[in-house]
Amino acid sequence: MSLNGSAYIVGAYEHPTRKADDLSVVRLHGDVAKGALEDAGLSKEDIDGYFCAGDAPGLGATTMAEYLGLKLRHVDSTECGGSAPILHVAHAAEAIAAGRCNVALITLAGRPRAAGAALSLKSPDPDAPDVAFELPFGPTTANLYGMVAKRHMYEFGTTSEQLAWIKVAASHHAQHNPHAMLKNVVTVEDVVNSPMVSDPLHRLDCCVVSDGGGALIVARPEIARQLKRPLVKVRGTGEAPKHAMGGKVDLTYSAAIWSGPRAFTEAGVTPTDIKYASLYDSFTITVLMQLEDLGFCKKGTGGKFVQDGGLISGIGKLPFNTDGGGLCNNHPANRGGMTKVIEAVRQLRGEAHPAVQVQNCDLALANGIGGALASRHTAGTLIMERI
Amino acid sequence: MSETKPLGRKIMSPRILPEVAPFWQAANEGKLLLKRCDDCREVHYYPRDICPHCLSINTSWFASSGEGRIYSFSTMAIKDAVYTLAYVTLDEGVSLLTNILDAEPKTLRIGQRVRAVFWPSEDGQSVTMFTPF
Ligand SMILES: [Zn+2]
Repeated sequence: MSLNGSAYIVGAYEHPTRKADDLSVVRLHGDVAKGALEDAGLSKEDIDGYFCAGDAPGLGATTMAEYLGLKLRHVDSTECGGSAPILHVAHAAEAIAAGRCNVALITLAGRPRAAGAALSLKSPDPDAPDVAFELPFGPTTANLYGMVAKRHMYEFGTTSEQLAWIKVAASHHAQHNPHAMLKNVVTVEDVVNSPMVSDPLHRLDCCVVSDGGGALIVARPEIARQLKRPLVKVRGTGEAPKHAMGGKVDLTYSAAIWSGPRAFTEAGVTPTDIKYASLYDSFTITVLMQLEDLGFCKKGTGGKFVQDGGLISGIGKLPFNTDGGGLCNNHPANRGGMTKVIEAVRQLRGEAHPAVQVQNCDLALANGIGGALASRHTAGTLIMERI
Repeated sequence: MSETKPLGRKIMSPRILPEVAPFWQAANEGKLLLKRCDDCREVHYYPRDICPHCLSINTSWFASSGEGRIYSFSTMAIKDAVYTLAYVTLDEGVSLLTNILDAEPKTLRIGQRVRAVFWPSEDGQSVTMFTPF
């Protein structure tokens, strides 16, 4: 079953907060749900499907259904870290196509910054079989991604300066976003001279820690056409996990090498057709890896692709993360997937900031990497079209 | 001297699941055990009862040479807790997550030969780390 055209994204909302001292996790989920409904022009009674991941409190979908007073006939709590909302859009389209729901709400929210638990991304589930073989060695997100960057440099000659260009591009976009945590435009020198976190990744190679969240509403085509918002069609979807493969570790590619082609095939388009891309930017190296694995450039040539402003809107070959992304804007709940879809929707609607709006943006891609590139993660790819 | 000894950082003790008890007992005796599948003959890591390559339940422990090469590494630059996380690819072909000890981080390189050393975690259980030789 192809999902191409089976559903539309009719509502999108990003929470303006970046530090939620006085807002609970459940309230943040509630705020973004209300925001997305208002954006779509729908009411609570229209929602019959709900999607959330591990960032939702308590029993997840059940707890949120109770808090918001939702009457549902389809729930999905697919959990794969930061890429979950991208999978949720695909699963919502699937559920709609199967007749299981008509209007699906997806929420993501969290407050790691206010809670001060930014480093506790990895669940130390004692029953996870890998934990005993990894936790003693002090894996953090920074040193795990550092190993990926170091191997990429070794294999392909990628440089810290090339990685820095990714942050430079994000900062060029963030200067126009009043909500962005980091609004200052930075240079390659600023990035490579920022303090080393875990080599070869510097502080400015890492995403921000922020609170907040976002929500999406995905609806059946007949319903989407009755609403007043521009039509954003789900055109292609793909998902895939990658892991250590029984010890055959290869850090030179991500699961996007599998999720990407599935999405492009379903959409019937190629990477050169994409006008705008939201790429998961937990670290600069994450972006580089996706550019190569999604086919925007050949494996090993990501450094060349991004240097000299390759990702800057209006200048580069492929405008990316025009809201400033996780590197500058926000990374709510330590999960970047939701905001990736939201900015792609803004671009397709022509509602991005005028300084970064891509001209005639009719085809956009959002990609997420949930988990850690160096150990285990799930990639989700979503291709959307403005009708 | 800035060694990569894991000082200033708690070495979390592994919670030992029943199927991997021999691995941890051997580590306390200074040996690194691996699992090989009796049916497809593939070696895998982390060790499990069920072969991840063919799902056979016939898997056997054997002693690794304990030698291999650094596949990649990254040194945390946190004051008082400078340590190097690495993947080491053993001569038996599997890669494991570990720390590199007793080496100046700046001298480390991908492809460098390393051998297993055993370091006590918080509760005394030894874990496998590596050092250049
Ligand atoms: Zn086997």
